[in-house]
Amino acid sequence: MSATTDAWLVLAMPLAGMLIIALGFKKLPGRSAGWIGTVAIAASFIFALDALIKLQALAPSHRELSSTLWSIANTVGVNANATLLVDPLSVFMICVVAGVSMLIHLYSVSYLKGDEGYARFFAYLNFFVFSMLLLVLAGNFVLLIVGWAFVGAASYLLISFWYRRTTATRAGIKAFVINVVGDVGLVLGTFFIFRSSHTLDLLATFHAAPHVFAKGSGNITAGCLLLLVGAFAKSAQIPLHTWLPDAMEGPTPVSALIHAATMVTAGVYLIARMHPLFQLAPAAETVGAIGGAVTLLVAGTIGLAAVDIKRVIAYSTMSQIGYMIMGVSVGAYSAGLFHLMTHAFFKALLFMGAGSLIGAMGGNQSLDRMSGFRRALPFTFACFIIGGLALSAVPPFSGFFSKDDILAQIGSRGGWYWALYVAGYLGALLTSLYTFRMIFRAFLGDPCPEASELIEHGHLFHPAQPTNPANGEVEDTEVGFPGPDHVIAERARAMQLAMGLLALLAVLGGVVGIPKTTTWLEKFLAPTFANSTLHLNPSNTLVYVGLVLGTVIGLLGIAIAWFVWVARPGLAPAVAKRLRFLDRLFENKWYFDELIDAVVVRPAAWFGRFAQGTFERLFVNGTLIGGTTAVVRAGSAAVRSAESGFVRYYAALLVVGLTAVGLYFLIQS
Amino acid sequence: MTIAWYLAVSALIFAIGAGGVLVRRNPLVVLLCLELMLNAANLALIGFSKMWGNADGQIFALIVMVVAACEVTVGLGVIVAMHRHRLPVDVDAMRELQG
Amino acid sequence: MSYIVFFIAALGTLAGAIGVITLKDPFYSVLALVVHLISLAVLFLLLRAEFVAAAQVVVYAGAVMVLYVFVVSYVGGESLKGTTGPGRAGTLGAFACAGALAIELFIAVLGSGLKAIGTGGAHVAAGFGNPEQIGTLFLTRFLAPFEIASFLLLLAAVGAVTLARRRGGLEDGVEDRPTISAVDFLRPRPYYTGTQHETLGNAETLTATQAVERQERPT
Repeated sequence: MSATTDAWLVLAMPLAGMLIIALGFKKLPGRSAGWIGTVAIAASFIFALDALIKLQALAPSHRELSSTLWSIANTVGVNANATLLVDPLSVFMICVVAGVSMLIHLYSVSYLKGDEGYARFFAYLNFFVFSMLLLVLAGNFVLLIVGWAFVGAASYLLISFWYRRTTATRAGIKAFVINVVGDVGLVLGTFFIFRSSHTLDLLATFHAAPHVFAKGSGNITAGCLLLLVGAFAKSAQIPLHTWLPDAMEGPTPVSALIHAATMVTAGVYLIARMHPLFQLAPAAETVGAIGGAVTLLVAGTIGLAAVDIKRVIAYSTMSQIGYMIMGVSVGAYSAGLFHLMTHAFFKALLFMGAGSLIGAMGGNQSLDRMSGFRRALPFTFACFIIGGLALSAVPPFSGFFSKDDILAQIGSRGGWYWALYVAGYLGALLTSLYTFRMIFRAFLGDPCPEASELIEHGHLFHPAQPTNPANGEVEDTEVGFPGPDHVIAERARAMQLAMGLLALLAVLGGVVGIPKTTTWLEKFLAPTFANSTLHLNPSNTLVYVGLVLGTVIGLLGIAIAWFVWVARPGLAPAVAKRLRFLDRLFENKWYFDELIDAVVVRPAAWFGRFAQGTFERLFVNGTLIGGTTAVVRAGSAAVRSAESGFVRYYAALLVVGLTAVGLYFLIQS
Repeated sequence: MTIAWYLAVSALIFAIGAGGVLVRRNPLVVLLCLELMLNAANLALIGFSKMWGNADGQIFALIVMVVAACEVTVGLGVIVAMHRHRLPVDVDAMRELQG
Repeated sequence: MSYIVFFIAALGTLAGAIGVITLKDPFYSVLALVVHLISLAVLFLLLRAEFVAAAQVVVYAGAVMVLYVFVVSYVGGESLKGTTGPGRAGTLGAFACAGALAIELFIAVLGSGLKAIGTGGAHVAAGFGNPEQIGTLFLTRFLAPFEIASFLLLLAAVGAVTLARRRGGLEDGVEDRPTISAVDFLRPRPYYTGTQHETLGNAETLTATQAVERQERPT
């Protein structure tokens, strides 16, 4: 089985899983929907590994394989085929996506038990994995856009999974609308590029690009900037980021999979894949880098003030994706993708742990109410610590190597990129601060009532009346709302297995990219990036200094967090009161929601009201429709007056008509 | 008398009948005026039959008479029914065709 | 001699016709028509159509007019109450139409190139128009019209019986069944039934639930 056949099978497995679950869910007994979904993704992962092995068996210069199954459309100069591109980058992505998805499916089998929408969840989740795999395996712009759009749709379906919750449905719509803005950018960018290159195939475009576009010309810059709009929307970078925190309304496995490990990394993948084009548009690269840097700082500060535990992790995701975007925009492709992989591991682990914690809290997600779970949830605590250390880039965890790899390569470009370098380490400090703020507040200290119930009596807290944690609305546990069961990792084998594997990967994952020692990942990805004009090679000094700096900053952050939130509990509120402006700014998420509301939403709503109330009423209904019907009515009224009902009148018409006909014939002859 | 005279008489009777149909309101009289018109046609037919010298016109005239008789029968039946249902026996009042 | 007979008969015909359209009482109109028919029969005789003349007198003046007399006696010619007729303008208009028709027919007949109407007609044999000849023609050349005519008479008879039949057991109120008039279409239809009235923004804007309530509890 060649690598391309493996690639088609990788795509087919989740699709088959989705169809089986979606069409047969009424007949599937018990929780088999979950197992079918997990097995489908597991099969996909196996095929992805096989593709990896097969690809490595080929010579490095022959590792860009293109496989076309059929031609979708060939008209007016547009040739769209169903083409997959199997090269190191896509194989890397499918391994990461399929592997992490498999573990999250495993986790969800236990996590969502008791939910009435169990089968629907796994169907949606399989659909999502199919879409993401399609996106990364796409060999031309058409399939890329299709995968991109499908991922957005799957995200919407999964965020509003508990569809009777108004907060969830609103969040789903918000995510979808912002993603559509990104889709528009992607499609327009494709158009700009296609206009000059006249081909939709990715490899052909990359070969033609240096000949068709002059470096820095308007066309390619516009195209890449529009692609960047798409990437920013999908990866939740400022200013198109407001959907990600709200997307935490979805179940925790959804947050783990879509909004941490896979979908939000699609923007990173896009920029890495389109690197030949981006390298012809330095302006776009600069915009990307600055956008990533701004995001990582702003998201870090908001994470310091967030109270909902899932939102802390969400802002952390935003911040880490900022690193990745910054990395791939600057040219550190393999480093950015390395961070993508390690981030998938430890972020999914953190989300899984958060799910367990929320289960112990009976559905409540507020850090203000959590404390002292260390003895109640030991396994979860261990996972949080591992994930947190990896996130804070403490050696020897995986996040350490990947983050410092990016920053070292950025620094090696010199010039104004040092500002990004400094921003990166500042962000690292913020990262470890908010991460360990979260961990210390939730796990250390005196046990909260829910924790003590677990420690003393050993049974989980169940709220008397299920409520929406966001706004306190009373719910029930029928379909459309979360089920009655709350699950913790300590009591669910499947969850323990998934979290354990991820923790292992979070610890050991860095081994593929230890700088200057094992450069396996970089060598693996080299064939894809062989045509890059940038070859960043940071000097040994820079690398080692960076490693030391990273360790110091990470540990410093943990120490400060310990000091503020454990040693001196009253210090945090006091500082917040002193720095009231900053505190309010961070708590209100830098007022981005209000800004977008004022600049975009309100004018659009006003326009909609105007269009409906005034324009449609007066012009369309009144003049166009009313006018046309009035003309017809008047005409028919005029004609109708001939139908008086008088028989004699009709007889008179008969006579007159007869006379006229006779006259005609008379005159004729 | 030449045939032309007969045809002239026929034309006159026809016109008078047409005028009567348009003027009178009582449906009975309207039917009578219809009879006038039919008779005028009959006269013309007989005249032409004499002109050509074969009796086909007379046959036609007899058939016309049969048709007239049938039409009168049914028409009078309608008027009797109208009267029976106490509807006004007036062509101007029968306006269901309006609209 | 035939001229005199012709003129008398023609005058009788025309007088009868004018009598039909001008006499107020329908009974008198019927009598005028009888005069007209008999004069017409004389004209037929002048044109050597003996059988048709006899049929005219026997069938038309005899049977059909008797039928008319019956019906006029039954229905009566009660003066039409209330509504006015066509009025002066209408009558003049009608006569103008009729006059136009007459003039046109004159022109058609007299102005045509048909020379034969200037003659007294073809010379016909002695047996022209007698029952024997008519009968022969009916039963040989014109057999089909003959049969169809008899069928038509059957139809008419059945029709007349059906129309005049007094149906037993007519339910009450059949005369009072309301007729639909245009006014019904001018009255507004219930809310949210999708009228153009609503589309043009004339309807009150109710929410769907209010509309349903409004219909369930009519105010």
